[in-house]
Amino acid sequence: MAVDNELKIELGKQGVFVTTIEELYNWGRRSSVWPMQFGLACCAIEMIATTMARYDLARFGAEVFRPSPRQADLMIISGTVTKKMAPQVVRLYNQMAEPRYVIAMGACAISGGPFKQGYNVLKGIDRYIPVDVHIPGCPPRPEALIQAFMTLQKKIDEQPLTGADRPRHLDAEAQGEFPVPEPGEHDLEPTSNPGVWTVPVVIR
Amino acid sequence: MRTVEEIKAAIEAAVPDAGVTLVMNPSPAAQHSLLLQPEKAVAVATFLRDSPELAFDYLSNVTGVDWLDKEIAEKVKVTKSVTKTVDGVEQTVDETVEETQKRVEPGYLEAVYHLYSVALKDGPLVIRMRTANRTDKIEMPSLTPVWRGAEFQEREVFDLYGIVFAGHPDLRRILMWDGFKDHPMRKDYVEPDDFEYEPTAHDEVLKRAQERQASRD
Amino acid sequence: MSLLDTKPEHIEGWNRPPVIEPDGEGELLEVAMGPHHPSTHGVFRMDVALDGERVVRLKPVFGYLHRNHEKIAEGTTYLASMPYTDRLDYFCSLSNNWAYALAVEKLVGQEVPERAQYIRVILAELTRIQNHASTIGFLLQEMGASGTPLMYAFREREKILDLFESLTGSRMMCNYMRFGGCRVDVSGPWLAATRKVVAGLPAFVDEFEALLSSNEILMARCQGVGVLKPALAVNASISGPMLRASGVNYDIRKVDHYGIYDRFKFRVPLGDHGDIYDRYMVRVLEMRESIGILNQALKEIPGGPIMDPKAKLRGFRPKAGEAYGRIEAPKGELGFYLISDGSPNPYRYRVRPPSLINLTVLEDMCLGQNVADVVLIFGSVDIVLGEVDR
Repeated sequence: MAVDNELKIELGKQGVFVTTIEELYNWGRRSSVWPMQFGLACCAIEMIATTMARYDLARFGAEVFRPSPRQADLMIISGTVTKKMAPQVVRLYNQMAEPRYVIAMGACAISGGPFKQGYNVLKGIDRYIPVDVHIPGCPPRPEALIQAFMTLQKKIDEQPLTGADRPRHLDAEAQGEFPVPEPGEHDLEPTSNPGVWTVPVVIR
Repeated sequence: MRTVEEIKAAIEAAVPDAGVTLVMNPSPAAQHSLLLQPEKAVAVATFLRDSPELAFDYLSNVTGVDWLDKEIAEKVKVTKSVTKTVDGVEQTVDETVEETQKRVEPGYLEAVYHLYSVALKDGPLVIRMRTANRTDKIEMPSLTPVWRGAEFQEREVFDLYGIVFAGHPDLRRILMWDGFKDHPMRKDYVEPDDFEYEPTAHDEVLKRAQERQASRD
Repeated sequence: MSLLDTKPEHIEGWNRPPVIEPDGEGELLEVAMGPHHPSTHGVFRMDVALDGERVVRLKPVFGYLHRNHEKIAEGTTYLASMPYTDRLDYFCSLSNNWAYALAVEKLVGQEVPERAQYIRVILAELTRIQNHASTIGFLLQEMGASGTPLMYAFREREKILDLFESLTGSRMMCNYMRFGGCRVDVSGPWLAATRKVVAGLPAFVDEFEALLSSNEILMARCQGVGVLKPALAVNASISGPMLRASGVNYDIRKVDHYGIYDRFKFRVPLGDHGDIYDRYMVRVLEMRESIGILNQALKEIPGGPIMDPKAKLRGFRPKAGEAYGRIEAPKGELGFYLISDGSPNPYRYRVRPPSLINLTVLEDMCLGQNVADVVLIFGSVDIVLGEVDR
């Protein structure tokens, strides 16, 4: 850090604003996250409720829901992803421009939730695309979605512009396209993307 | 509301050789049903819709039901010729023995239709049709030409149970994708084994998860 | 496969959609609207063939939210399916609860105490009001009134959801009704709060109507568009406000007298033309009638138990048999068909989804209209994908 934090505050009192490119860049990104207008199931209604007058997501600079993935920064997977829908979700994610983020909203998007035993239900969208924030709940309350939003903003704020742990969009080598699963005769093929998801080791 | 017996009599009077069977429903709901012969089903359905006394013009619900092959064990008295040695002489004697015989009653697929009458505010009348078996003779006539409301529901039954509705205008899969091969609502459907990771596995899933884990180690 | 190849061969007597031939100038354009499309209320897809702006063929494609509710319910006990019914039509979880409870009560011949019946009516009518308000909000959103009517609707919806939350513990997934009654009793303060909310509802409907009913744009876009004739509506099993907007007097609350609906005085609003405007108007009038029912029910609600003491919750095994129970849900006729084989799980569990069946005539209503009107016609059907695909 180039500027000492206390000095920065002191300068601020004098009317001098000191910042770094990194801070400015991240501040700009985190304050205007545009979500995609993309509802899947029950959670979508709570997502709509979050944008309405009572919860007012606009306070976080995120009221502009974009119907097109090209203009969106954030995909809120709001509901059950079925096997019939999963290819489309991955394709939409591929169409979004970097930097892009994903919130898995609700139990279904995380793991299949109550419908996990279903033959047509994907057991978690993180099998195909990377997820930044998970919120549990069935459906999560609007407050929970706001919490997820603030978590995401914090995450964006902490991203360094350089170095090994820089975000994907600043890494020329990083994977941009994610393979889209094909509907097969009995199941999706492949059933998960090994580059994103591996079977967690559970001690039993 | 007419009773099912009266409706059955009316059908038999109007449609010759209708072959309608009464299927009793023992539950307190007492919604008894009429089993139709597939060959006469469209004629009977058209009569039910068009007859001014019945006027079942509203098809509420179409369902498939899968009845598996049933193994029935029965005790049967069998008379057998048994060779016995009586007093040193071989004789053939008829003897009646009780035996447990097992026979397999073939399963079938069933389509159930719930009818109401909007004109007379009457209903429900339950009619059903059965296929001959669950494997190859799975055709029955479509009632979509009679009640348009059956269009999507029969497609759903075709998709999930595999009943082929002859005469349906657009019989394609509706809920699963087109390349899908199974009929998932059948009782013997085996779903794809994708319970790879189960945080709170138990019973069979736990056993499978442990086997997977062992093969990975 | 091209959409134009799906023209079904002629079948005797079939009440099929009219055949619209392209005018032959220019090419036909095939558009897949959905499953990700802002107007489709979720993950519905319509394959549309367009001749210029005119729709010449339309095929709905379902299944993007097929969550296997019926299969899961066949593998679990009767009571354990109750929370799943919340997630069918996620706007109206309490109506779904009631329909399922009604079917099971028919299956086992279960009585429901007075007070529970009144609570059910109150909750179902509150659900109807918030559903219709949101539906109109979404319809207007699709017309281009981006946000404002929906904000008004959701403002009122939040008040009703607060009541649901304080009674059942959840805003949307209430899981409240049981076979033979309800889960928890309503308290005096809850009833007082409900009376207060209900007292404010007529002003809300008035405000909504003042803004919308004689709005020039709304009338121009809705009147005479997406007409559904009563004969086709009955033949295609259309139900709910859509059926009544076509002028067919069929309200299951009046026909079946399920619950205690024969005690309340209310009228069944009917449409005249069967167009989008009539569907809008029928919903507005139904909200007013629901407020009337709520006022009567809140005045008359008796004391007493909320669960039938003879109702069996543990070890619930209905005798072999079957039952079909249906109610007038806000979207239409919601039915449950159950077959019991005497085991703790239903042998067959079927949901009769009004949303899916109301879409049967989507093609008939849309043919020959402009593609921008398809969005409106679709919005006026009022569907929820959780129920369409289950």
